[in-house]
Amino acid sequence: MKSRMICLSILLIAATAGSVLAQNAGISSGYPTPRNSFSPAERTGHGLYLRYCVLCHGVYGDGNGDTAPFIDPKPRDFTIATFKCRSTPTGTLPLDTDLIHTLVRGVETSNMPSWRPLSDENRTDLIAYIKTFSDRWKTEKPGEPIKIPPETPVDIASIRRGHDLFQKVECWKCHGQQGHGDGPSASTLTDSKDQPIRPYNFASAGNDARFKCGVTNEDLYRIFMTGLDGTPMPSFADVIQPNDAWDLVHYLRTLQVNRRSKEREVLKAAGGPATLKTPENKSENNSPSNSTTLAHSGGR
Amino acid sequence: MRTKQMLVALLTLFVCPYLLFAAGTVSGKVTYTGTPARQKPIDMSKEPSCAKQHATPVTTETVVTGPDNALDNVVVYVSSGAPDDGQVPAQAVTYDQKGCQYIPHVQAMHVNQELKILNDDQTSHNIHPLPKVNREWNKSQPPGTPPISEKYDKPEFIPVKCNVHPWMHGYFAVLTTNHYDVSKDGGDFKLPNLPPGKYTITAWHEAYGTQTADVTITGNETKDVNFTFKAKPY
Repeated sequence: MKSRMICLSILLIAATAGSVLAQNAGISSGYPTPRNSFSPAERTGHGLYLRYCVLCHGVYGDGNGDTAPFIDPKPRDFTIATFKCRSTPTGTLPLDTDLIHTLVRGVETSNMPSWRPLSDENRTDLIAYIKTFSDRWKTEKPGEPIKIPPETPVDIASIRRGHDLFQKVECWKCHGQQGHGDGPSASTLTDSKDQPIRPYNFASAGNDARFKCGVTNEDLYRIFMTGLDGTPMPSFADVIQPNDAWDLVHYLRTLQVNRRSKEREVLKAAGGPATLKTPENKSENNSPSNSTTLAHSGGR
Repeated sequence: MRTKQMLVALLTLFVCPYLLFAAGTVSGKVTYTGTPARQKPIDMSKEPSCAKQHATPVTTETVVTGPDNALDNVVVYVSSGAPDDGQVPAQAVTYDQKGCQYIPHVQAMHVNQELKILNDDQTSHNIHPLPKVNREWNKSQPPGTPPISEKYDKPEFIPVKCNVHPWMHGYFAVLTTNHYDVSKDGGDFKLPNLPPGKYTITAWHEAYGTQTADVTITGNETKDVNFTFKAKPY
């Protein structure tokens, strides 16, 4: 009996040790081992990725982690190097700082949490590693960040022009006339992987309202000028003049009805949302077709 | 001796230009067998400015057929035998959005050739190609704005969609050859100006996949090559 117990103990210890050794060697875990060509940062990032990111983004960075089937929207696929939150034009690679900001901030209305508790160095290492999933990082340079002019004054004229622009470029087709994310096209939207996706509902949050890619007026400006690649949200950089974009920012802020803002105060003082639609005000501030000019409009 | 020299001179005079400037043509027809899936009707009532442009009901264009089982919108191109001379055509190809449809449904182009995208509608479109190997971008194009100019630097068949109007679907065919055509008007295609040589001709359809055929051009001649796809539900 005693010898049987000893044998069983030895077998158990051997099995446990074998398993641990195999996992450390990256074999039985099924996870790929770091490539010899990895830089020190990529090597460290690999370890961090396996610890924090792999469950959602997957071993191969393709967004097919174990939890992916249960997540909506789906985790980012790093193999195609297409990123929502960028300071660079649509179709271009983001800056490292854009990716780091996403890690710090998390992505609102998704399962991507904030990774603020990680150290700056760890976040830099993680970015270095996720860039190994796509060869685009070897053949292309990140885009040139879009230029954002200083914010124009928040006044009722700016909000009216923003309202007109909202109509003119038809933001309401997806976001709805009140910005509730319920426009006529909202129910049919899909992302680049053909997964259903909902437009942002401006009225959904309170004073802590966040967008997918930030919280400030400048972040909001950047979102619609660069677009959110991989989603139905296009870039408007070719069609909205840089200063006019601030008007749209000011109007969009008034759609956040549960958030206190200077824009809402200005609109309230001027008579509330109804004032934007009355013929009287339109005659004072020109019709939508005259008060806002789309960039380069007028012909081919 | 003199006669021999004369003969060589005459041969050089007449045969060399023939070999140098001979150019054959591959032409044919694309057809299908079986029963293609019925195309779905498109309800454009939410976009009246587009709906009123169509006198007859509009359907999806995934499979466009003609009389005698003809199959349109098939990209037919030389996939090997004619090394890409690297000459990118100076003229842009255009892709129009009109009546909330893409015209043409499939636009072929050479790698790095300029692609001009137009909006001839009274509504905003967002043009959203979905490449796998080229870079993905997504741009809004309200009515009255100038064409969007883009180019692709890698060969690929790229689906195109408009998120605002979910029925709008099309394709870009980015190729490394200038010898291509897209079957139309009853499945017809023509690949002219092919110097003597052996070629592989590939035909690609968005729902039915690809087919290839080998052909040899020996001089000024027209070779018939026909493709028949098997229609299948999708």
